[in-house]
Amino acid sequence: MYWPIDLIVLTFVILCAIAAISVKDLLGTAILFGAYSFMMCLLWAVMGAVDVAFTEASVGAGVSTVFFVAAVFRTSRRTKDSNF
Amino acid sequence: MTDLLPLIVAKYNYWLYVILMMIGLYAMIAKNNLIKKVVGMNIFQTAIILFYVSIGYKKDATIPIIQNAHGGHDAHAAVIHAIDYINPLPHVLMLTAIVVSVATFGVAMALAVRIYQRYQTLEEDELRMRLSE
Repeated sequence: MYWPIDLIVLTFVILCAIAAISVKDLLGTAILFGAYSFMMCLLWAVMGAVDVAFTEASVGAGVSTVFFVAAVFRTSRRTKDSNF
Repeated sequence: MTDLLPLIVAKYNYWLYVILMMIGLYAMIAKNNLIKKVVGMNIFQTAIILFYVSIGYKKDATIPIIQNAHGGHDAHAAVIHAIDYINPLPHVLMLTAIVVSVATFGVAMALAVRIYQRYQTLEEDELRMRLSE
């Protein structure tokens, strides 16, 4: 019961990480990074680390995304990065 | 060689954590944008936190909250077995690491905003050109 959920969420985490560093729009990076943090929080809840999951949901997916979006609006959205 | 393959398959989640760590390391080294580098650093940190939390996991164990700890009707009769509870020590250590990571992220974002206000760019090669002028 435990391992398939874990593996599916872990696959989503890795896909979100790759997408977050390869997308060109920095606001898209912010949203994908929030999704990454939330998936990570889900993974910790599955592993039984509920206190870590709480903290990650409030701090990682909440405060970090707010910092990120605020920083992107004060700087520029575009990057010159190629995809890889 | 034949006994190496079951070892790799049995610890497959550790290999996925290593892949996640390497994604973060790659972003820190190879990405040109400063904000992308910070995101890579955060991915690296969360991969390490994930590794530590997974060390404490036990199969068929429950979350580390002792039942009837505040004195139920059979509080004295219940015997507590450590094997029934997930190890909470890595969780507590990694709670500190999460707070440190968000503080690092905030400081890095503030520095990026200051760099942008001064140089009007966040790309590393353009910054190097400006600094060498």
